[in-house]
Order: sequence, then C-alpha cells, then structure tokens
Amino acid sequence: MKSKILLLTILVSSLIFLSSCGGEKKETPETQNQTAQVGADLTEFELENGIGPVKEKLELGPIDPKLVKRGEEIWNQKCVACHKLDERYVGPAQRDVIKRRTPEFIMNMILNPEEMEKRHPVTKQLVAEYLTVMTNQNLTMEDARAVLEFFRKVAEETPTNKNK
Amino acid sequence: MQNINSNKLILISLIILSFIGIYLGCKSSKDVVSGDVAQAVYVAPGTYDEFYLFTSGGFNGQVGVYGLPSGRHFKTISVFSQNPETGYGYSEETRPMLMTSYGFVPWDDAHHPELSMTDGVPDGRFLFINANNTPRVAKIDLKTFETTEIIEIPNSAGNHASPFVTENTEYIVASTRFSVPVPNADVPISSYKENFKGTISFIALDPKTEKMNLAFQIIVPGFNYDLAHAGKGPSKDWAFFTSYNTEQANTLLEINASKNDKDFVAAVNWRLAEKYVKEGKAKKMSAEYYHNIYDEKKHMAVSEVKKEVLVLDPKDCPGMIYYLPTPKSPHGVDVDPTGEYIVAGGKLATVIPVHSFSKMLKAIEEKQFDGEVNGIPILKYEAVVAGEVQNPGLGPLHTEFDGKGYAYTSCFVSSEIVKWKLGTWEVVDRIPTYYSIGHLCIPGGDSKKPWGKYVVALNKITKDRYLPTGPELTQSAQLIDISGEKMRLLLDFPTVGEPHYAQAIPAEILMKNSAKIYKIEENNHPYKANGEKEAKVERKGNDVHVYMTAIRSHFAPDNIEGIKVGDNVYFHVTNLEQDWDIPHGFTIKGSNNAEILIMPGQTKTLLWKPTKPGIYPFYCTDFCSALHQEMQGYVRVSPANSNVALSYYTGSSSK
Repeated sequence: MKSKILLLTILVSSLIFLSSCGGEKKETPETQNQTAQVGADLTEFELENGIGPVKEKLELGPIDPKLVKRGEEIWNQKCVACHKLDERYVGPAQRDVIKRRTPEFIMNMILNPEEMEKRHPVTKQLVAEYLTVMTNQNLTMEDARAVLEFFRKVAEETPTNKNK
Repeated sequence: MQNINSNKLILISLIILSFIGIYLGCKSSKDVVSGDVAQAVYVAPGTYDEFYLFTSGGFNGQVGVYGLPSGRHFKTISVFSQNPETGYGYSEETRPMLMTSYGFVPWDDAHHPELSMTDGVPDGRFLFINANNTPRVAKIDLKTFETTEIIEIPNSAGNHASPFVTENTEYIVASTRFSVPVPNADVPISSYKENFKGTISFIALDPKTEKMNLAFQIIVPGFNYDLAHAGKGPSKDWAFFTSYNTEQANTLLEINASKNDKDFVAAVNWRLAEKYVKEGKAKKMSAEYYHNIYDEKKHMAVSEVKKEVLVLDPKDCPGMIYYLPTPKSPHGVDVDPTGEYIVAGGKLATVIPVHSFSKMLKAIEEKQFDGEVNGIPILKYEAVVAGEVQNPGLGPLHTEFDGKGYAYTSCFVSSEIVKWKLGTWEVVDRIPTYYSIGHLCIPGGDSKKPWGKYVVALNKITKDRYLPTGPELTQSAQLIDISGEKMRLLLDFPTVGEPHYAQAIPAEILMKNSAKIYKIEENNHPYKANGEKEAKVERKGNDVHVYMTAIRSHFAPDNIEGIKVGDNVYFHVTNLEQDWDIPHGFTIKGSNNAEILIMPGQTKTLLWKPTKPGIYPFYCTDFCSALHQEMQGYVRVSPANSNVALSYYTGSSSK
C-alpha cells in the first residue's frame, strides 16, 4: 500500500515537474515486443548463419593444420567440459557439427551465445532440449575461427567410442 | 502501525502539495522532507547510480560499497577480516593476506577509506584503508574490488591517523593513536612519560609497480595521534596530524586527557623528510613486519617478512615538523580545496579553529615560537590561526568541502551538520542528523576538486530510525542534498559494520575499468587445471591434491576414492567459465573451513582434513544454472590403514 502511494507520488510529481526519474530508460530485450514469433525479426542470413559478429559468408580455403592445432588447444581448455566429439554430454556431440550448421552459424554461436539463445529459433530449441545454456567463453574472432578449423578436421576423421 | 499511518498521511499530503505546486516541508516529530525527495533518490530499475560510495566497516574489518543517491548496497569487500562467504582468509591462497608479526590475525577494525589521487583528485585506481588494532594498511584494486596488498606498520599501536594520501599518492600516511615504547618493551605503564613514543609513518607507493613500501618513520612525543590529511596545491609537500592527550595520561583518559586547553596539529614537511632520508639522516632500526601481496595472475598471496625500518628523529631534522596549538583534543584535520586552510575539529572546543598555511610559513620564517617539545618547535596560536567558526555546534569532529567556498562540519554531541563559509567563518546553515553523527562524506570532499552535490552523514546511533531488530541495530547513514543554499535531507539508508568514514567517486570513473572475469589463459596458479582434460588427483604422502574444474553444471572429477582419514586434501578448484557473474562455490560436508567462491577463470583452494571414514558429498553453493542442484560429487574416505586405491572420474569409472 505504502509503495503504491509512493509510486503515485512519483508519477504525479513527474507529471507536475516534467522531469524524468532516475535517468534515461534504456531499450532492453525485456522491453521489446515479445509477442512476435521467435525469429520473425531475423534476416534470411541470420536464420541460416546465426546472429553475431560474423555477418557475411566466410572464404574458408583448404584446412590449415596450424589453425587446427590452435583450435584443438582451445577446445581442450574451454569446450570439453560440456562437449564431447562423439557423445551427447552437457551439450550436443560436436564431430558432425560442421555438417549440421554453416561455418558462420558455428562461429556466431561460439561468440554470441546469449543473444542466440534469446533470439534464434534453433538455439532456443536446443536450450529447451538440453536445459543448460551455452556459456560465453570469451573467445576472440581468431579463436572461434581456429575452433571452426578443428571441427572441419575432425569431421573427416572416424568417430571413436573413447571420449576425446 | 501508527507510524505507517503517519507516513501515509505525509505521502498523501505530498501529492496534494505537488498538485498545488508549492514547496512546503511536512514536519513530523521526526524530520523535514520536501516535495520531490523520492525523485531525487529514485534510481529506476535497470539504471545506474551516479556515485560509488565506499564506507569503512569499522569493527567488521571490511569495506562496504554502495550507490548514491539510492543507498543500495552492492558489495562488501573483504579486507582485514576472514569472510566465510567467499573463503577470504580461509582459502590457502588468501590466508597469507592476514599474516602479521603476531601470527595470523583474522580480524581488524577498519576506519578510513581513502581513494588514490592524481593531482589532488581521486583517480579511481585504488582504495586504501587502515587497520586500527593490529596496525596495517591495505590496498584495494578498484578493477576487481578485491584486496591485493596489506602492509603491517611496526613501532605503532592503534593505526588511526591513516591512510590519507598525498597529492599524487606519493605517500600514504600512518601514525599511532596509542603511543607505546619504541621498540616495544616490558616497562611499568606508569613510566609512560619517560618511555612511550609516537610514530608518524610514510608508506611510499612505487609509481611503476604500484606496490607499497614503508619508506620512513618519524619518532614523535608520546601523544595520541588521531587523524591526518596531506596538503594540496601550495601545501602539497606537507601532511597534518591531529593529536590529543598532550597531557600524556596513561589512565582514565576521559578526564586526564581533557585538561589542556590546547593540543596540537603536527605539520610535517614530508618533502624535506624524504630529503633527510636521502642524505642518510635516518637510522636503521630493526623491526619485524609483514608485507603481503596478492598476485592476480597466480591467484595467490605471498608474505614477505621485513626486518628493518628507517627512523628519523626531529632533533636531527630541523624544519621537518612543527606543532600548531589547537583547541581542544582535535579529531579531524581537513585541508580545503585550495590547500590554504587547515580545519581542525576540536571535539571538546567551543569553536572550529582554522589554521592558515601561508601564515604558518610566515610564522616559521619569523620564528614565532612558543617553546618546543622534544626538539619540535611549537608555533604561536595567534600567528597561525586564520579564524575561528563561532558557535558551530557541540563536538565538532570532521569537515569536508563542496568546492564552492563552503565547509561542512559534523557535530557529534549536538547531532547536526553545520555549513559555514571559508574566509568569513560564518555559519550559514545547519541540519539535524539522526543520531550522533561521526564523520561525513562529500564526493571528492577532501580533494582539490570536490564533485559536491551530496553530503553523507555517517551516524553512530540508530535508535528508532528503522524497524527494530533486537538490541543490535544497523548503523544509519543519511543522504543530504547540498546543491542549493539550504541542506535538504533526502534519504536514510542502513550500512554494514560501523562506517567511520566514507569516500565517494563518480560511477563513470570506475565502471569502465571494472573487470568482468579473470582470463583463464593468464591464470598461472600452480594447481590450475587447464580444462577438464587436466582434472586429476595426486597423492604425495598424506597430502592429496585434487585438480578440479567447475563449469555449469558439473565438477571434474566428481567421484573420488582412496582418500584416507588423516589426509590433508587440497581441493584446487578452477572455474572454467569465462562469462561475467558466473562464480561457482565449493564446499564439502563436515568442512572445518569455510566454503570457497571461485570467480570465472580463477583457481582457489580449500583444505579439508577428513576425520571419519564414510561418503562425503561436495557441491556448488552458488546457484549457477537450471541444473545447479545436480552440480555435486562424492568423496569416499577410508580408514588410515585401508588399501582402497586412489581413483577418480567424471561420467564413467572406466577412465
């Protein structure tokens, strides 16, 4: 009750004095129209290639072994806590990810998981299925590119039953 | 109930008043608030406060972080006291932070936060705070809001006049509130006048490494040195210290230290002292004291034991220190933004005496002395005083400035803040505080360029201001608007511990530098598990080292067997997350230690000594994800002579 009156006071005062209370209101995802269907606000490119810093198709070229090695290091430090190559773990198995998704989608998912989880229909469905959000591991664009190279390499290899 | 109704009435009348559009205060039995105070302190959801406020925790030994104008509490920074919530002072990495020459000291009394300065203006790099009981000074890094360095002060007791900084943080000062024999000695207490001494210490901050070093100490007569401030502008080479108990009483000080009409403000020319040290005038004195540094790359603290200190005797150092007579048992000593006026809060005086720096220099030049104590000349009061504020209030303690030519002094006995004009010394406004104000804080109020806008009253007594909580009540701060001619009360807000002093700084200065994570690539902790592949358990005699990883929402390893009663089990937990605000907690059943809270990219260690065989669950204590409840594991403990093999795994036992 008291807080209602307080709010009323604030409302009335702000009408009278025509001043804002507490600064500019920032547009946050919460204040955006949420009734729209998930993905309705995405471009064709975003639907296929994800939302994030990768905004156009990549020129991949042949697989670069140095980049694969760097990608594997990052994979072992930052990814294997939740992903295995050949089995579902905390998140999906990743050996075939390059066959399931576009390279650009993979990099955007690594680099911008929070927004992907909020706005992309594919990712939203994955969260519903796995119930754990993909964490942002703070990779640079170069790091994510290296992990992508690692995925390109392992997709060519035979699956093993051992956890990699 | 009645209280609530009267508040409703006030609010309803406020609405009516704002419709009429006239200003009118609503006087209740309590205080005066005016029309738009709610707006003035309302920080809308999702928006930020304008200032950070750092309050000392007093007897809790920590630092409180708040927002202004909302009064919201954001963090308690662990400094001098163990904090079981984070593991500070419990974890293997942070225990060295609390080491002293008296061994491990898990508590202290933290009084005065002080922001580092560049050109006399708070720069947002560090916050310093003193430990009053076991004399120490701590440095808090304002990128991480964590304590990263603590230095002990030898030859000191009651490090109260501390840790005020010089204009460019060349030095941080410290001095003895309680005089003691120097070096300490087993003597009759009644030999006080003969054996007890004070010390004034200068801790240098290395401009390159940003580490502290006790540069030198000055031996002074055995008074109680209470508070301090460095000069600025024309007085930037000087630092000023209040003293009381010039009577040198050692019992019933309440009466015996309140006899003299005047005590002293000590004026120290630190630039000259520095020169004397360079010229070799200081004597090396053996003294054992600890210097503890937290390495943010190794994520652990290391203690270094120092063995000697350089000591200056005023007798050998002419021109280095003078006494300014000051009525009466002064507490605060505060230098105005121009560096010319030195305001002393004579807590038993009927006036606020204000000394003039330029008059002081002239008096020194003309040798206007009134005797000396232990080789320290006493200047004539009339020759140094610029003016006296008449009838300021009872028990003036501490003064800060708004940068517009006004000073604000807290008066403890009469429970009020008085606003007065520099130069004319007239009181222009006063406002009651609830109750018994100690120090006060204006953003930048002790600097060259105060931001002004607010004064925060740090009150000692709360009584009926909040819902009662039994005999112990929180302390109460009050936010007062000083942007206009008249001071205006805006808000009461509770504070943790007992804030003796506070400093505030615009949020924009700190926000942009605030760390979000520790980069895991830069983590050089010797027991770091760099990814889940490195999770393992190693036995070395009775010591078992668990290299454990944590990520939403599991530990690796999460099943461990082969631990025996009598083992020292070190859980070195690395948080693999690289995402802001995702710490993981770790604890284990029966732990005689705290928990540990591990920040993203950090490694922390909990030592566990199991005493009985059985199965012991461990789990994450900081809610991290939808499957947080599942973030757990088991340790099997066998009898000391058992031959259960050491084994560990996550997910499948066929590792």
